[in-house]
Amino acid sequence: MLEGLMTGLSTAFTFTNILMVIGGCLIGTFIGMLPGLGPMSIIAIMIPVAITIGDPSAALILLAGVYYGAVFGGSTSSILINAPGVASTVATSFDGYPMTRQGKAGKALTVAAISSFAGGTIGAVLLMIFAPALASVALLFHSSEYFALMVVGLSAIAAFAGTGQVSKALLMTFVGLIMATVGEGVLFNAPRFTMGIMDLQSGFGFITLAMAMFALPEAIYLVLDPNRSKTGDGENAGEIKDLRITRDEARRITPVIGRQSIQGFFIGVLPGAGATIASFLGYAVERNIASKEEQEQFGKGSVKGIAAPESANNAACTGSFVPLLTLGIPGSGTTAILLGALIALNVSPGPRLMVDEPQIFWAVIISMYLGNLVLLILNLPLIPYIAKILAVPRNFLIPFILFFTLMGAYIGQNNATELLILVGFGVCATLLRFADYPLAPLLIGFILGPLLENNFSRAMQLYDGMSFIWERPMTLGLLALAVILVVLPSYRQRRARARAEGVADGD
Amino acid sequence: MAIDRWIALVILMLCLAYGYAAYFTMDGLLPPIMKQRPIWPSTFPKVLAAGGIILSLSILLGFEKAPKKEDAADINLSRLGEYKVGQALMLLGLMVAYAFLLRPLGFLAATFLFLACGSFILGERRFVLMAVVAAIAAGSIWYLVDAVLGIFLSPLPSFMNGG
Repeated sequence: MLEGLMTGLSTAFTFTNILMVIGGCLIGTFIGMLPGLGPMSIIAIMIPVAITIGDPSAALILLAGVYYGAVFGGSTSSILINAPGVASTVATSFDGYPMTRQGKAGKALTVAAISSFAGGTIGAVLLMIFAPALASVALLFHSSEYFALMVVGLSAIAAFAGTGQVSKALLMTFVGLIMATVGEGVLFNAPRFTMGIMDLQSGFGFITLAMAMFALPEAIYLVLDPNRSKTGDGENAGEIKDLRITRDEARRITPVIGRQSIQGFFIGVLPGAGATIASFLGYAVERNIASKEEQEQFGKGSVKGIAAPESANNAACTGSFVPLLTLGIPGSGTTAILLGALIALNVSPGPRLMVDEPQIFWAVIISMYLGNLVLLILNLPLIPYIAKILAVPRNFLIPFILFFTLMGAYIGQNNATELLILVGFGVCATLLRFADYPLAPLLIGFILGPLLENNFSRAMQLYDGMSFIWERPMTLGLLALAVILVVLPSYRQRRARARAEGVADGD
Repeated sequence: MAIDRWIALVILMLCLAYGYAAYFTMDGLLPPIMKQRPIWPSTFPKVLAAGGIILSLSILLGFEKAPKKEDAADINLSRLGEYKVGQALMLLGLMVAYAFLLRPLGFLAATFLFLACGSFILGERRFVLMAVVAAIAAGSIWYLVDAVLGIFLSPLPSFMNGG
């Protein structure tokens, strides 16, 4: 591990790469603060830039910096104007915004920054310990296990979608997988489902799809409902004065940060769970175990109420890199986009990454430390100035958000048809969102599609048919787990309903 | 019928068309040597089509009961008239126009028009400010992307670029 760490240090501590981290964090914070552009959209916009850089380590360091910056930016807008840019920072607004209203915005931002820093750093240490171990196990996997593992990942993502949503999430996964089969695949050298349209020869662009699934629907929502974009007044944005916290506050948040960093990390490792669940769960757990008088403070401006979700969501972000880097399986929409970026850079994440290209793996880990450090010592003092962007009126902001969405799909491809596909899919995605269909499974299915088919085909060829399913116990076990994951939520729901009806009858 | 079931119906149709293509049109074109292999280009799509059809049917027939929820943060479709639907549609039209005009007009002019018209649609009437913001933004973004990042963006109309 020490050797790897040294490799990472020597890769990350070059002038260019340090610049990448700083630049990435600043851009991420800046854009992440805007309503409508979450980490997924920002990373998607930055991918063409990252690809232009060429060096995979530098590109990934930039994107990781953008990711952290965006999460931090989301927390800032949660605290200052009660408008979380991202779902994972909603819990931060519960106590962050009340503190701002009490004139303690600076303190709230400091607590958020310190908690994020600690969460990210502890997460990075855990990643360093667990990822190599998991990768060494994964090296024993064959293509059939990979196939089964991806099925487990996709099922887990659907299972975490929530009550009554599992079949919708699964259907979205299938739609994503189906879309991935359009175009000329590596496997067969023949175009499929292109309907004779030349522009579909190379399939749908994943950046276009990412923008259409997340950035555009959010922008349309902002237009439809002006109350969603609470920018324009910026009344609290200018009031960030005292950034200091007292010794007593530091003493109170320390155990919270410790607990939630560890809990958040492990939630982040699970596919589908991610930073949002980690932050809400972290908040709930800390409220439940707090003393009576502290419990009363939750929701009214408790420092613990900021520390818990902030350390948990950053640790979970780091945790979500574990399945991505060791298995090549993204557990969230953001890591799915990062996987797409890696594939575009000719890097195939998975257990071999640590053996074949250790400098990439370790450079990413080191850049996580650096990114967190940059956020703490550079972004925090700059926040009063960066927050001025929240005072930009809606009439100017929304055209820019739409423009960035268009640019994300256009840059790098130089193909105007891509823009039409973006608008078309964006409208479809908005309709899907109206009807409560989760969109992340679609994108994850789309990105995992070729890998899934590849491993499935290899296993089929190796075993001359489907017999690999029952001839390899681990494959069978994993597939059984996938079935349980999908069936369990609806079984539990059915049982709960039956029990509720029973009680009602008894009355 | 609720909108989620209408969408399930549309997806079912798409899956049926996709399944038809996978089951009935793809295998005939396969060279005989490929037919010896256990996996064909249509194998995986066949599995996906079957899965998609089963899942969309299960939503259409309402096998999984979704809990009633009132999420204040989401758009309430029954009150669609209260939202700014016209503005949203006009902005989408503007994006389509941008796609068509980007090459003929070049990046600078198309972006200037897009940003200015976008603000106008949203109700902005300070024309000088709109023009200044759009001009500075179009120019600086072009400079950043083309000159600093080195990603080519044709700045001028196509007739001035020679194609």
